[in-house]
Amino acid sequence: MTETPPLLNVSDISLSFGGVHALTDVSCSVNRGEIFSIIGPNGAGKTSMLNCISGRYQPNKGSIRFREKELIGLRPNDRCTLGIGRTFQNLALFAHMTVLDNIMVGRHHLLKNNFLTGSVYWLFGARKEELRHRAEVEDIIDFLEIAHIRKSIAGTLSYGLRKRVELARAVALRPDLILLDEPMAGMNLEEKEDMARYIIDLNEEWGMTVVMIEHDMGVVMDISHRVMVLDFGKKIAAGLPDEVLANPQVKKAYLGEDDDEPAVDDAARTGEVA
Amino acid sequence: MSSSAHARMNCGEFRSTYIQDTTIFPTPLARRTAIAAVIFLLLAPTFLNSYFLNLGIQIGYYGIAALGLNIVVGFTGQISLGHAAFFGFGAFASAWLNNATGLPVFFCIPLAGAMTMAVGLIVGIPAGRIKGLYLAIATLASQYILEDFFSRADWFTGGAYGAMANPFTIFGFEFNNDQRYWYVVLFYVVLMFLFGTNLLRTRDGRAFIAVRDHYLSAEIMGINLTKYRILSFGISSFYAGVGGALFGHYLGFVSAEGFTLLLSIQFLGMIIIGGMGSVQGTLMGTAFMVLLPELMEGGVGLFGHGSSGLMQALAYIKEMSIGLAIILFLIFEPDGLAHRWKMIKAYWKLYPFSY
Repeated sequence: MTETPPLLNVSDISLSFGGVHALTDVSCSVNRGEIFSIIGPNGAGKTSMLNCISGRYQPNKGSIRFREKELIGLRPNDRCTLGIGRTFQNLALFAHMTVLDNIMVGRHHLLKNNFLTGSVYWLFGARKEELRHRAEVEDIIDFLEIAHIRKSIAGTLSYGLRKRVELARAVALRPDLILLDEPMAGMNLEEKEDMARYIIDLNEEWGMTVVMIEHDMGVVMDISHRVMVLDFGKKIAAGLPDEVLANPQVKKAYLGEDDDEPAVDDAARTGEVA
Repeated sequence: MSSSAHARMNCGEFRSTYIQDTTIFPTPLARRTAIAAVIFLLLAPTFLNSYFLNLGIQIGYYGIAALGLNIVVGFTGQISLGHAAFFGFGAFASAWLNNATGLPVFFCIPLAGAMTMAVGLIVGIPAGRIKGLYLAIATLASQYILEDFFSRADWFTGGAYGAMANPFTIFGFEFNNDQRYWYVVLFYVVLMFLFGTNLLRTRDGRAFIAVRDHYLSAEIMGINLTKYRILSFGISSFYAGVGGALFGHYLGFVSAEGFTLLLSIQFLGMIIIGGMGSVQGTLMGTAFMVLLPELMEGGVGLFGHGSSGLMQALAYIKEMSIGLAIILFLIFEPDGLAHRWKMIKAYWKLYPFSY
């Protein structure tokens, strides 16, 4: 795996909003076929990182290369043709469309029909094309087990289902790299287990490389191949899940102090903070 | 019904192919009803008098233009206060094309649509960048710029005198009265509404709705926001242009006074009453807006007999009833007639249960 160039190579990106440094010289690389997790406390810059990759934000410096191609400067809507898809932390479905149409929007860049051929649906192959993509979308619907809500309006669904529809829509892009922003936030255990299974299947059966932000440490440690930890916009650790978990800096920044360590007295703690 | 047919009878509407699942009408019954309605309308000139045909023709050309407005406002989530100007531009463009080049009206109508689309694409450029109230003001500007253009561009519109519009002809046959023009409008209504429906169930139509519902994720899905916002204005203008051209060739004369902001607001009223983001609602809303003043007139005629004051106030009553209808719809049925119609259908289907 190390011989082939990484699928995604982020080098030294910095992003600041005025005086706030959301990201400072963050580098990482994601290899083809990996599940790569980004963790860190709230406000650490995880979503900013994802937004830089997906094009919502333009980093102030650094480079992001996907398959050796520079992404900075490209518009967000150019990225899906390159093979990058994403989901959002806060639901971002098209609330008034049916689930099916939501997922069909994901096929946008793969469809060729336009407003002219679309208007004469039956004449110049728009119908044929739509139906062919419909069949592929149905495969995704089957895989994510949302067949029963296919014709429901997305805005009327429960939270867990909406998350799943959003994943379906990102999968419909046929990306090589899929960016998942907290796919399990707000889910119960059963829904989390389902989601973890989908992510593993996406990775192993559908061959997608996954970059995931997630707060549930259990899930992250179980399914990730590699983990990167951000804190205050800086990368503080990266590596195998177990290594990262053992890293004292990570414990301090994110998971809290180890219980086994002798309790620090209050005076020392205030001194440390100050 | 034969016994074999009975044995195969389903206890519901089942679709087993994707083709069956992507039809315009949800059930065969709905499709047959629509076809029956078109046949009924084809026969209408044989038994309706000119008064009703005139109303029907008005519903037709306003409906086409309103569908355009619904594409940009209801489906793409933009705002346009300049629709009447595009409607007028279509009317002038078709008359001008016909008068200046001698091209048959048959070809002038779609070409006028295309010309209006070109203007709409230019006017739509701000839409790629600004939103909401600011866009409303920008489109308002386009309304006034075009109105000014109508009154000054003598070569194009005849200026203060207006432009003559020849009747619609096919191989020398003139569609010069209500009975005949009815068919021209009916043809265009069916065509444009079919186009509209198809557009909205294919790639670019879905992109419009995606831009409306969540533009950030639409962008991630590969939708170029600027392109689709401008395109939506273009397509909307095409519909307005065709509607306007039909209007011009119906009246035989186009003058600049009719295409004011008031008409733009009336177009907005049509889609609010009919249902934003509903193709069939557009037609319902247009019919409502065209028929309401007539009903008012009828009502005043019935009850206001002898009261000259009421008769004198008729013009105001007509205007006010439209305003009142828009307000009442915004309060009680913001989703419009199309939604109400759905609720009624659901009610009958589920009766006596509430859901």
